[in-house]
Amino acid sequence: MDMTQYLQIFIEESNEHVQSLNQSLLQLERDPEDKDVLNEIFRVAHTIKGMAGTMGFTKMTKLTHDMENVLQAIRNSEIAVTSDLVDILFKCLDALENYVSTIVATSGEGDKEYTDIMASLKSILENKGTISATPVNTMNNDSKSSDVSAKYITEKLVFDEFEKSAVNKAIDMGMHAVKITVALNKGCLLKAARAFVIFQTLEKYGEIVKAQPVVQDIEDEKFDSEFTVVVLTKEDKQLFLNEINSIAEVEEVLASYLSKFNVDAKDAETENKIEAKVPEKIEKIEKVVAKEENIHEAAKQNIAHKKTQRTVRVDIDRLDVLMNLVGELIITKTRLEEADITSNQQEYRETIEYLERVTTNLNDAVMKVRMVPVETVFNRFPRMVRDIAKDLGKDIQLIMSGEETELDRTVIDEIGDPLIHMLRNSCDHGLESKERRRELGKPEVGTINLTAYQSGNNVIIEVADDGSGINTEKTKAKAIEKGIITKEEALNMTQQEAIELLFRPSFSTADKVTGLSGRGVGLDVVKTKIEQVGGTVEVESQKDKGSRFIIKLPLTLAIYQALLVNVGNEKYFIPLGSIYQIYNWSADEVKTVQGQEIILLRNMVVPITRLADTLDIPQSDSKDKKQLKIVIVRKGEKLTGLVVDSVIGQQEIVIKSLGKLLSGIKYFAGATILGDGSVALIIDVNSIT
Amino acid sequence: MSDEQVHEFETKQFIVFSLGDERFGIDSLKITTIDRMKAITRVPKTPNFVKGVINLRGDIIPVMDLRAKFNLPPTEETEETRIIILKLEEISIGVVVDQVLQTIQLTSDSIESASTLINSADSDYILGIGKVDGEIVTLLNFEKLVKL
Repeated sequence: MDMTQYLQIFIEESNEHVQSLNQSLLQLERDPEDKDVLNEIFRVAHTIKGMAGTMGFTKMTKLTHDMENVLQAIRNSEIAVTSDLVDILFKCLDALENYVSTIVATSGEGDKEYTDIMASLKSILENKGTISATPVNTMNNDSKSSDVSAKYITEKLVFDEFEKSAVNKAIDMGMHAVKITVALNKGCLLKAARAFVIFQTLEKYGEIVKAQPVVQDIEDEKFDSEFTVVVLTKEDKQLFLNEINSIAEVEEVLASYLSKFNVDAKDAETENKIEAKVPEKIEKIEKVVAKEENIHEAAKQNIAHKKTQRTVRVDIDRLDVLMNLVGELIITKTRLEEADITSNQQEYRETIEYLERVTTNLNDAVMKVRMVPVETVFNRFPRMVRDIAKDLGKDIQLIMSGEETELDRTVIDEIGDPLIHMLRNSCDHGLESKERRRELGKPEVGTINLTAYQSGNNVIIEVADDGSGINTEKTKAKAIEKGIITKEEALNMTQQEAIELLFRPSFSTADKVTGLSGRGVGLDVVKTKIEQVGGTVEVESQKDKGSRFIIKLPLTLAIYQALLVNVGNEKYFIPLGSIYQIYNWSADEVKTVQGQEIILLRNMVVPITRLADTLDIPQSDSKDKKQLKIVIVRKGEKLTGLVVDSVIGQQEIVIKSLGKLLSGIKYFAGATILGDGSVALIIDVNSIT
Repeated sequence: MSDEQVHEFETKQFIVFSLGDERFGIDSLKITTIDRMKAITRVPKTPNFVKGVINLRGDIIPVMDLRAKFNLPPTEETEETRIIILKLEEISIGVVVDQVLQTIQLTSDSIESASTLINSADSDYILGIGKVDGEIVTLLNFEKLVKL
C-alpha cells in the first residue's frame, strides 16, 4: 500500500505528539507523583508507536516500544521517577524529534538507531530504576549499547577537551561519531600490522580522533588483543562493521554511535586553549566536515524542496465562515449579472453595497485563518530553559501567560529566534548565580516571565527576569572601549540611552565568551529581526530588580495602512506605522553637514534623504522647489526625513512579496497592487538612508 | 549528438520569438502565458536587464528585458510587443520580446549543439541551434540565463 499520501498527516501529528510529550515530561519532572501526566505520556508514546508502525518506520517503533516498557514499569510503581530517568525520557524525545525531522527531509526515518538510549532504557528496567550502570552524562561515551557484548567492555574511554569538542563539532555538522572496538584473534602474530591495516581502512571513510590504547602503544604492540577507536564520519556504522570484518584475523568488531558531550559552558576558556594548541587538526576535521556537509546538505535540500509543504491547521468554524462568505459572493455576482443598470439603479447600488460588505467580511475571515496562537512558538521554551538552567547550574522557573494570543502566521515564523535569544540572555546574563541571589536576599530560584497580550493593533510580548538588571556603567565602559561613544558622551548619557547601547551592532557585555551568549551576535540581531516584521523592542531595567524586554509586533503583516507618495512619475508606499509626521519645509532651511543634508526640527537634528536621488528616479521636481515635502519617519529611535514630490494619501494595502528573484534587493519591503492594477513598491524605512 | 540528447529532444515543442533580426526559441512546457505589454513598475537598484515588476492576476512577477541582457539597442514598444511568462522551477518570470512568431516542433536531427558554432564563455545559456525552413532559431536555456 502506498503510504506516502499519509506522510504529511503523520508528520503533523507526530510533531503535535512530540510537543505534548515535551510538556508532559516537564510536568512529570516537577511532580513525579502525578499519575494523570504519567498516563498521558504513556498514551502519547503508545500513539506514536502505533502511527510509526503503520507507516513502517520500524526504528521509531522500536524506540517508542522500549520507552513504553519503562513507562509501564513506572505506572506499576516498579520504578520511581528520578531526574536522571526524566533526562533519559527527554533523550528519547529528542531522538523521536530527530526521526520526524529526518522523515520531513527524506520521507524515510534514516538509519540512526539510538542504541545508547535503548540500552539505558533496558538497563533501567533491569536494574529497577537505578541508572548507575549508565550514568546520564557519561552515557554518551558508554559502550553498553545493546549490540556490544559485555566481555569487551574493558575500560571506559576517557576523552580530553579537544576530543570532546571535535566530536561535538562533527555531530553538530550532521556527521556521526562512531566508536569501534576491534578484537583480534588471540593467536594473531603481527598485531601491530593488523591494527595498521584496520586504521588505514578506517581512515578511508573518516577521521580517527581517538584511539585507546593510544596510537603509539598500538604501534608498539603494547595492547592485549583489542583496541577502541572513535571515528568521525558521514558513513553508517554498518559499513565499518562490514569492512573490518572482512579483514583477516579479526575476531569481532563492535560499533556504536556516540552522542554529543555535554561540554560545560564554563569550560570555554580551556576549550580555547586547546583549540590553539592543535589548530591544524581541528581545521582538518572542519574541512572534512565541511566537504561532507556540502554534499549532504545539497542532497537534503533537493529532497526537502519537494517534500515539505508549508501547512496551517485551521479551526473548522473559521473555514465554515469562509465557505459561507464565498457562497454569498457568488450570489452577489449573479445578482450583478442580472441587474439591469439602466432601468434599476436602486437595485444595482444595493448589490454593490452588499458586495462591499461581503468582501470586507471575507477579508476579515481570511485574516483569521492566518492567525496562529503564540503557543506554537512558546511551547518549546520550557524545555529549553530547563536545559539551559541545568547547564548553568541555576534554578530557573519560567512562567508563561497569554499563550492563546494570536498572531499572523508570517510574524509567528519570525519571532521564534529573537525570543530564544532573549530568553538565553535572561538566563545567562540576567539571572545571578544561586550564591549571589542568596547574598542579595532574593529567592534562590530565578524567575523569568514570558507574557503575551494584545493591545490595539499590536501584540506585545514581554520577557522579564528578576535578575541583576543591566549594569549601565559596565555597558558604557564597554562602549567607550569599543570606540562606539566618547567619554564625554558617556557622562551625559541617561540611564535609558546607556541601555540602548546594547542594541548597537556586535556589542556584547559578556566578560567571557560562553556557549550560550557573548559571541558578538547580540541584541542588534534581535532588533533587526523584529524590525523586519514591523515591530519594535524596548528595554526597562532596574539594578538588582531585573530587566524587562518589551517586543511590540503588528497583528498581521499582510494588510496594513500606508501612505502613497509621488516621486517624479513613480508612486511609492511608506508604511504608516513608521511615519512620525509630514512637513512642508522651506528649501533654504536645509543645511549641509559633511555632505549630509539635515533639517532642524524643534532643535533636533534630522538627516534628510531625497528619495529621487536614492532611488534614481528621473523627472523629480523636488530639486528646484522652494518648499520641500518631507515625510519624517522613525528609524528605530532615530528620525529621518524622506523628501518626496507630493503626498497622495492613506490607503489600506495588501503586501505582496517581490519573489525569490528580487528578494535580495535593498530599500523595499514588498509591493502592492494599486486600484488600476499596476504595481507600487513599499519602501523599507529601516534600510533606506 | 549523443543518444541521450537525441532522446531528450525527440519531440520537443518550442515557441519562437524575435528580438530585432534574430529568432529565439523557448521550450513551450516552461511557458504559462503570453501577455500583451502592460504597465511595468521599475524597481530601483536592480541590474539593467530587470525591467521591473508586473501584476499578473494578483501575483507580483519580475520582468526581464532580453534586449538589455543581450546588449541589443532598446526599441519602441509596438502592437506586437509581448511579455512571455515562464515558470522556471518555483519561480515565475516575465520576458519582454519584440514579437511572438510561431510554434515549432523540433526533432533532434534539426538541432545543432551551440558549442560547435559559438565559442564564448557565456554561451552556456544556449541550449542549441535549431533549423526551421532554412531559418536559424537559437534555443535558450532560461534557467541558465537568469542564473537560478
